Amino acid sequence: MKLDRRAFIEILVGAGLGAGAGITFSPLPWKLTDDISIWTQNWPWVPVPEDGRVSHASTICQACPGNCGITVRKVKDRAVKIEGTDGYPVNDGGICPLGAAGLQLLYGPWRVPGPVRRVGKRGAGKWEQISWDQAISEVVSRLSALRNQNKPETVTCLASSDRGTVAQLFARFMTAYGSPNFIGGVSADDTSRIAMSLAQGERASVGFDLENAGFILSFGSGIIEGWGSPVRSIQAYGKWRSHNGNGGPTLVQIEPRMSNTAAKADKWYPVKPGTEAALALGLAHVIIKESLYDTGFVQSASSDFSEWREMVLDRYAPEDVSRTTGVSAKEITKLARSFAKAERPLAVWGRGKGTAPGSLYECMAILSLNALVGNMNQSGGIWVKSDDNDMGWPRIPQDVVAENGLSKARLDGAGTDAYPLAKYRPDALPKVINEKPDVVQALLVHDADPYYTLLDSNEVAKAFEQIPFIVSFSSYFNDTAAHADLILPNHNYLERWEDVPSPASLARPVFGLAKPAISPQFATRYAADTVMTIAKKLGGAVSDAFPWKDYPSLLKQTLGENWGALKKSGYMEQRPERPGRFAFYSKFQEPIELQGSSYVYPLTMIPVELIRLADRTVGNPPFCTKSLEETELKGGDLFVQVNPKTCFDYGLADGKHALLETPKGKAKVLVHASEGIMPGVVGIPKGLGHTGYDDYLAGKGVNANMFLGVVDDPISGLPATWGIRARMVSV
Amino acid sequence: MKEEDLGHRVTQHHGESAQSTTYKFGMVIDLDKCTGCGACMVACMAENNIPFRKDDINDKLVHNYWMRVYKITNGLPFPDNEVCYIPRPCMHCEGSGHHHNTPCLSVCPATVVDYDPETGIVSQIYTRCFGCRYCMAACPYHVRVFNWWDPKWPEGMEKYLSPDVSPRMRGVVEKCSFCYHRFQRAKDKAYAEERAELREEEYQTACTQACPAGAITFGDLQNPEHEVYSLKKSPNAFRLLEHLGTNPKVYYTSSRSWVQKAADVYMGSQGKGVTHP
Repeated sequence: MKLDRRAFIEILVGAGLGAGAGITFSPLPWKLTDDISIWTQNWPWVPVPEDGRVSHASTICQACPGNCGITVRKVKDRAVKIEGTDGYPVNDGGICPLGAAGLQLLYGPWRVPGPVRRVGKRGAGKWEQISWDQAISEVVSRLSALRNQNKPETVTCLASSDRGTVAQLFARFMTAYGSPNFIGGVSADDTSRIAMSLAQGERASVGFDLENAGFILSFGSGIIEGWGSPVRSIQAYGKWRSHNGNGGPTLVQIEPRMSNTAAKADKWYPVKPGTEAALALGLAHVIIKESLYDTGFVQSASSDFSEWREMVLDRYAPEDVSRTTGVSAKEITKLARSFAKAERPLAVWGRGKGTAPGSLYECMAILSLNALVGNMNQSGGIWVKSDDNDMGWPRIPQDVVAENGLSKARLDGAGTDAYPLAKYRPDALPKVINEKPDVVQALLVHDADPYYTLLDSNEVAKAFEQIPFIVSFSSYFNDTAAHADLILPNHNYLERWEDVPSPASLARPVFGLAKPAISPQFATRYAADTVMTIAKKLGGAVSDAFPWKDYPSLLKQTLGENWGALKKSGYMEQRPERPGRFAFYSKFQEPIELQGSSYVYPLTMIPVELIRLADRTVGNPPFCTKSLEETELKGGDLFVQVNPKTCFDYGLADGKHALLETPKGKAKVLVHASEGIMPGVVGIPKGLGHTGYDDYLAGKGVNANMFLGVVDDPISGLPATWGIRARMVSV
Repeated sequence: MKEEDLGHRVTQHHGESAQSTTYKFGMVIDLDKCTGCGACMVACMAENNIPFRKDDINDKLVHNYWMRVYKITNGLPFPDNEVCYIPRPCMHCEGSGHHHNTPCLSVCPATVVDYDPETGIVSQIYTRCFGCRYCMAACPYHVRVFNWWDPKWPEGMEKYLSPDVSPRMRGVVEKCSFCYHRFQRAKDKAYAEERAELREEEYQTACTQACPAGAITFGDLQNPEHEVYSLKKSPNAFRLLEHLGTNPKVYYTSSRSWVQKAADVYMGSQGKGVTHP
């Protein structure tokens, strides 16, 4: 039978109608409709947020060292939103993703509900809640036993900084107790302070007048990615771009990777990683040779110029620098001219967010560029600020035990003959402990997460195992708290009074006062009160060092006549200092070498800091983790960024797994092939791979610090680690 | 395609004597200023009770975002590669004609989608939605998201939920509302102060308020006193997929031509060389 077109269509339509009728009279549609309604109407849990009177409370954000003014919107006694405070001199209404997600830190399951004692193995996450009295007496019995054995120096305290009353109370406790081992955190700000002490004989912090600069030359600083005070830096950038593409300040970024800052810069120079100092001095060479420098400043306000000039002219000719950096001699000359001839030029340092101290030589080189153009304490330039941390507290009484303990050398070697310029060297501690396990008998950790943030994570984990007694004062179950024996939780930053010293990078310092925006949500206490109670229970001279009733009254007393004004407005603008005479530093130094042999490890791994990924003392809240790019994190795996050429050379495939290995550690990662990174370089985001917090963060990705080792800067003694050699194989 | 410019606000009379002002709220986003920091995304999630999950980073296709920052590149090899971030709220398409041809509105079988003639805001009535997701298919901007899971907050965290925005249930579609509750709040305040008209700063979306770079400007597109009015007239201004005739109320400005071209990426050769990483 021949099937013509008409019959074919008839059969088709007939079959279609038949099938339609069949389905209609079968239970299928009804079952489907039923399922749809179950699917759409079955709402076992949809919260109905309670309404109530709305109020606002303003305070200071302490989720990062940027210290923005924030306003908490409240409904009855619940905090429902965090917004930037309009008119606050740091951030004028703006907010960053971490700050905006602050309520997740406040209310999250990672909060420590009250004093807890470890019951399972360390890091197993098994805790029992105990009373504050029990918790404190446990610490006291341990500490007094060590004191009775005349070993007070075996108690070490780690903190993220030594600035402000609370950190100073911990430092004071250590001194009164008799241990020289109070160890604060270090960052690029500390390298700047040491640089200033070499340049003008006195430690001072450095502020950058971004708002008024006319030409910004950034040596790898993530100006719009969390550098300095993050919101303030982004706001400055927004102002530079208020000219609709015409005019406005010029931003030049020098970096081996196209960071967001490089992407938004007017000009991006991808230099070979680790050669930034050479480039800065190459620019100085051109500026000196062509007499483009500020002769007024150099002659009247600086010293040692001629030696420095000789060193720069001798070693950093553009042709030589071109070979080192990969930037052509012509480009170097052009950049030097445009920098020196620009109105209000400013050279900026501190790679990424400025978390890593970095090389002092590099910092000095860039600082000298600023001196060459004479922008010290000038509009749009570098501002020098006193590093005063004097609280005006009474002298610390010391008994014999304390005197004895304090006479011992610091474990981290800071301030000793080997490292005279360093104040703290926290990254050196793990190795010291691993070499001599009994040097630390007890570790107190305040407002820091050393288990996560210190370099060389494997060494850190090993060191923690050697310490018999670890006490954390953290509000959150961060990585360090998760490996502690006892947690005596502090209030969250939205629940407490605290003085907030000015972020270092501001040109005009702003001293803030954090006020409780909400009443404490858990059985937490001021860490300062806890440490004072411990001191009082220890008795004797230790107790005498703390004549205050409690922390809020101590704070009020310390702030003295400023208390009233601070309480009212929440901040106080401070005056920058007059800069001293600027001494050029002419001791030549070879660049910081990477660890590992280039034969075994042909690639260069550099850490990458992302603004949507917190990598300091606070873990990334879920909102921020959610906002990460799909080329940064997928499931439990972290992406490392490599150039497609590198992929080709080493047989790696975009989006596929690879084993990343450095002399310090290895782990499986995902490959993100990107044209935004120099061939041969591997970019690894910092901030993932936590073991603490909750499943919202823990176990996602790997900690970049596990791949990195500690490389001491020969002058500053701080870690100058900026990367490490690595290899990658596809798995 | 240029939308019809009325140049001034229209005051209408509803019913007997109730007077209300009509607006056309819109946004101008300066892509030269946008740093891709993501503050807008997080501020939006915090403002609008947007849920999150433990494995929220597994598949961006099923993620719940109202505001999402996209990253595009010019596709050139190192070191000529460039990237641009594009924050993408709902475009609140006006369409054309009296009935509007807002893509999502015209396909909704359940009259969930509403075009508010008073504000020009396209809103979603969650309780009517039965989750057919036609609107998601119709939206050329992928602004709509489906609730695949029950919204669940870890214990204690539901404390930060705002009573101004109802949490959505599983099985419904949701999207950016230009923080409509903020409009209502501002209107209540104006009413209490016996004012018919809102001031520019009284009604701002959460993302606009949060943006540290000042890249987002929000206001009444018809009001010459509002900043958006003049910003949208910039020669660098464009809208996404303008050729579709959706007439969106979100404008972008960029001084980079490849970014401008990428905005109409489906337009044949104009979009060539543009990739989405």
